[in-house]
Amino acid sequence: MSDSSSITINGNKFSFDSGETLLDVAVRNHIDIPTLCHLKGATPTGACRVCVVEVEGAKSLVESCATPASNDMIIQTESPKVIASRKMTLQLLLSSGNHNCAIRGSDSGDWTDFQIRVQQEDGSTDLCPAWGDCRLQDLAYRYQVSGDHYPGDEDLSPMERVNPFIIRDFSRCILCGKCVAACNEIQVNEAIDFGYRGASTKIITAGDRPLKDSDCVFCGECIQVCPVAALVEKDARYDARPWDLKKVKTTCTYCGVGCQILLHVKDNRVIKVTGVEDAEPNFGSLCVKGRFGFHFIHSPERLTSPLIKENGEFREASWEEAIGLVAEKLTHIRDSSGPDSIGVLTSARISNEENYIAQKFTRAVLKTNNIDHCARL
Amino acid sequence: MAGLAAAFGSGAMTNTIGDIAEADVFLATGTNTTENHPVLSSFVKRAVKFNNAKLIVVDPRRIKLTEHAEMFLRPNLGTDVAWINSLMHVIIKEDLYDKKFVDTRTNGFEELKKIVEKFTPDFVESITGILSEDIIAAAKMYAGAEKGCILYCMGITQHTTGTDNVKSLANLAMLCGNLGIRGGGVNPLRGQNNVQGACDMSGLPNVFTGYQPVTNKDFLKKHEEKWGVTGMSDQPGLTVTAMVPKAHDGEIKAIYIIGENPLVSDPDLNHAEECLSRLDLLVVQDIFLTETAKMADVVFPSVCFAEKDGTFSNTERRVQRIRKAVEPPGEAKDDWWITCEIAKRMGYDMTYENAEEIFKEISELTPSYGGINYPRIEHEGIHWPCPDENHPGTPILHIGQFPIGKGNFHAIDYIPPAEKTDDEYPLYLTTGRVIYHYHTGTMTRKTAGLNERSPESFVEISSDDAAAYNLEDGTIVNIASRRGRIKARVAVSEKAVNGTVFIPFHFAEAAANKLTNAALDPVSSIPEYKVCAVKVES
Ligand code: SF4
Ligand code: SF4
Ligand code: SF4
Ligand code: FES
Repeated sequence: MSDSSSITINGNKFSFDSGETLLDVAVRNHIDIPTLCHLKGATPTGACRVCVVEVEGAKSLVESCATPASNDMIIQTESPKVIASRKMTLQLLLSSGNHNCAIRGSDSGDWTDFQIRVQQEDGSTDLCPAWGDCRLQDLAYRYQVSGDHYPGDEDLSPMERVNPFIIRDFSRCILCGKCVAACNEIQVNEAIDFGYRGASTKIITAGDRPLKDSDCVFCGECIQVCPVAALVEKDARYDARPWDLKKVKTTCTYCGVGCQILLHVKDNRVIKVTGVEDAEPNFGSLCVKGRFGFHFIHSPERLTSPLIKENGEFREASWEEAIGLVAEKLTHIRDSSGPDSIGVLTSARISNEENYIAQKFTRAVLKTNNIDHCARL
Repeated sequence: MAGLAAAFGSGAMTNTIGDIAEADVFLATGTNTTENHPVLSSFVKRAVKFNNAKLIVVDPRRIKLTEHAEMFLRPNLGTDVAWINSLMHVIIKEDLYDKKFVDTRTNGFEELKKIVEKFTPDFVESITGILSEDIIAAAKMYAGAEKGCILYCMGITQHTTGTDNVKSLANLAMLCGNLGIRGGGVNPLRGQNNVQGACDMSGLPNVFTGYQPVTNKDFLKKHEEKWGVTGMSDQPGLTVTAMVPKAHDGEIKAIYIIGENPLVSDPDLNHAEECLSRLDLLVVQDIFLTETAKMADVVFPSVCFAEKDGTFSNTERRVQRIRKAVEPPGEAKDDWWITCEIAKRMGYDMTYENAEEIFKEISELTPSYGGINYPRIEHEGIHWPCPDENHPGTPILHIGQFPIGKGNFHAIDYIPPAEKTDDEYPLYLTTGRVIYHYHTGTMTRKTAGLNERSPESFVEISSDDAAAYNLEDGTIVNIASRRGRIKARVAVSEKAVNGTVFIPFHFAEAAANKLTNAALDPVSSIPEYKVCAVKVES
C-alpha cells in the first residue's frame, strides 16, 4: 500500500480506502471512538458530536463519523480537548431528559425530587428501563459526568403507550436521529422523521399521530438502534435488565428470509427478541412477526401431554401408551393393507433434521414414498 | 419448484438476499414482499431509493411495494403467461435479447420465438388488461438491465398454470442473460421458514434428500445400505393433494401429520375435512391442538423452534442453526425423538444422541449438504450446494453452466384460469397474507399485539365494486363460492382492483380455503388458491 493513502491515529499510521470516514478507519483498527448517532449503513448526520476527534491543523474538532479520511491527516481520539468536548456534550444530553439512572448524580440535592417526578411520570418505582443497557449511561461512566450541571428540561412531550409493541418515551429522547435513519434508510418504511424546530424538536410521524395510525409497520428497527430508553419494547419494559438475561442466537421461525435473531431469556421464558447485527442475511433487521410474535412459545394453549381419543373425547396418556398404540396400528395397517395405504405429511416449519427423520421413517419403516409437506400449498 | 428445475436443473432461488442490493432492475410479480418477506423487501426498497435501481411490480393488487415502483402493471387474475410472453415478444422483436447467452447456454430458442410471436402487446392487452405501451416499456426496462432480478412468490405458483408461469419467468431471465450473475436471477421467495429445507430433506414423494430420485436404483441402494433395510419402494408416492382425496375412497387408511394444519391450509376445505374423518388412523404431532389435531385419534405434543437444536434452510439455500433457548412445556418432545420412538416400537432401531448426529447422517447421504457441519455454520449459514468441507458454499447458482448443461426454454401457450366468473358468482377471489400473521395463524394469533393490529378476517374490495353490490365498509358480509361460504368484514381499499376481492387465509373461523378451488396444476400439484369465482352479499 502506498503512503498516499494513510492517516495517523494516536501516533500510529493506518491505510484507508477512498470513501472511508475517520470512524471507519478507527473501527477497522479496533480504536474505540464513542458514538451515539452513528448508524452503520446510513448517511452520517453528525447530530450528537460525541465522536469528535482532533485533527492537526484544523480549527475545531471534527465529527469522525462524518469526516472522510484524507491523506496524511493526523488525528487524536482522546486528547484533553476531545475529552472536554465529549464531557460537555454528555452533560447537556443528560440534563435534558428523564435520565434517572445512577449517573444522574446526587451531589446537588435535587436527585430525590427528580427521581420522584420521573417515577411518577413513568408509572414505575424502578430506575430508567434502559439502565444497564444504555449507550449514554455507558459514556457517562466512561467520561465521569453527571446530568446536574445544567438546568433540567421540564417541558417534555408525554409518553406514547397506545400501540401494542413500542413505548415512545420522549422524555428520554436525545434526538440522535438513529431511529429516523433506521426507519428511512435501513427498513425504508418512511414512518418517522424530525418534526418541529428548536427546543420543540421531536421525532414524529406524519401529522404527529401515534405510531399505530401512521405508516409504521412495527418492525422495531428503531427500538433496536435507539441508544437510550426513548424507544423500548412494551412487553419487556422494566423486565429486561441485561444481567438477568441469557441471549441465545437462533433463526426466526416465520418466513423464508431466515433472519438471525437473539432470544432474550429470563426464568426460562423468552421476554424479547432482537436481530443479530453482524450476520447475514438480515444484519439486525427484523419484521413485526420475528420481533414481537414470540408469545406463542409460552402460550397456555401449548400441548403438554400425548392425547388419545376415546369415544370422541381426548384423554391424556403416557408417551409409552400413545407411542405403543400408534406403532401397533401403523404396523397393522401396513401389513394388512400394504405400505401405500399410509401417508405422512411433514412440515416446512420443523427442522431439517426432523424432516430427514420423517422421510427416513416413511421410506425405511413404512416402506412407502407417500410423504409430502404442505409447502406446495 | 418443478418449473425452475425443468428450466435450469435446480428449483431453488438462484441468487442471494444480499445480492439483491446489486440489481439495477427488479421485476417483482405475485409477491407481496413488504408484508410476506418484510426484511427482504427492505433490500429492494434500499436499492431503489439509494442505488437508482428500477422496480417493476406486476400484481393484481395495488400492494405497498407499488409505492416504490417505477412501473406498476395490473394484470387480470391468472393471465401471467400472456404478459410474460408478450414481454419476450417485444424483447425478441426489438432485438434486445442476450444473443450470446441464448446461443451458448440454452436450448429451445426457436420454439420459444415461435410461440411468443402471437403475443403482441395489443393482443395481450385484451387478455390481461395491461396497456400495450406499458408492456413495451416494461420489456425495454427489464431487457435494458445489466443485472435484472426477478422475484416471485405464491401469486405466481398458486394457479393451475403455476408451473407454466414459473417456466415463463425462467424463459424471460434466460432470454436476457440474467443468470449466473450477481444481482440477477430468478428468485422464488419461500413463504415458510423451512420450505426449502423440507424439500431438500425430501419431504417429497419422488426424491431422497438433495433431490435424488427414488426411481434411481443406485440412490435406492445407497439408502437401503446406509439405513440397513431392504424392500424400499422405487415408485414415487402420493402428493398431499392426492393423498387427502384418497383418504376419502379408503385407499389411504392412515395419515401421520407432523407440524401441519391442512384443515386451514387445504384447498376446498369442506372436502378435506370429510376425507380425513374417514381414516382408520389419524396421528397429529404439533405444538397446539390445531383444527387438524382436533380430528386426530392420537396427538403428540412437540417442541417449538425455541426449544430445540437443529437447522433451517432459508429461501436463499442458506443452512442456518436453530438453538435451544428454553425448556419445553410439560412433556413435549422433539419431533425427531417422537418419530424415532415410533420406529423403534415398529421394530426398527432409530437412535440418535442429538440433532447434530442426525445432521451428520444427512451430510453423508446428501451431496449438496456434504460439506456442511455444525461448527462451520456456527456464526453464519452456508449456501448449498456445498459438496465438501473445503467448499465455501454456492451463493449464486448457474455461473458458467447449468447443472443440466444447457438451460431449457419452454414454449408455453396461455391457458385461461380454471374457474370463470358468471352471473351468479361475478367476482374473482384471490387469497394471501397480511404482515401481522403467518400461514394458518396458529402461532401469530397467540400474540395479543398482532391480534390487536389484525384481529379478524376481511374481504378487501374496490369502492366501485362495493357500491355496485351495495356493501358498506366495516360491515359483516357473506362470501360464497361454488364450494362453500364464509363471513368476513368488508374493507373497501385502494389496493383492490374492480372485479377482484382479496381475503387473507390466516383465520380458521373464516377460512378463505372453504371457497377456493382444488383444481391442481398438473405438474406441481399446487392448487389454484389465487383464482376462484365468488359472490359477496350483505
Ligand atoms: S417500528 Fe419500524 S416502521 Fe415503525 S417507526 Fe420504527 S423503524 Fe419505522
Ligand atoms: S428515539 Fe432514540 S433513536 Fe430516536 S432520536 Fe430519540 S434517542 Fe435517538
Ligand atoms: S423477522 Fe420477519 S422477515 Fe425475518 S425471517 Fe422472521 S418473519 Fe421473515
Ligand atoms: S456519532 Fe458522530 S456525530 Fe454522533
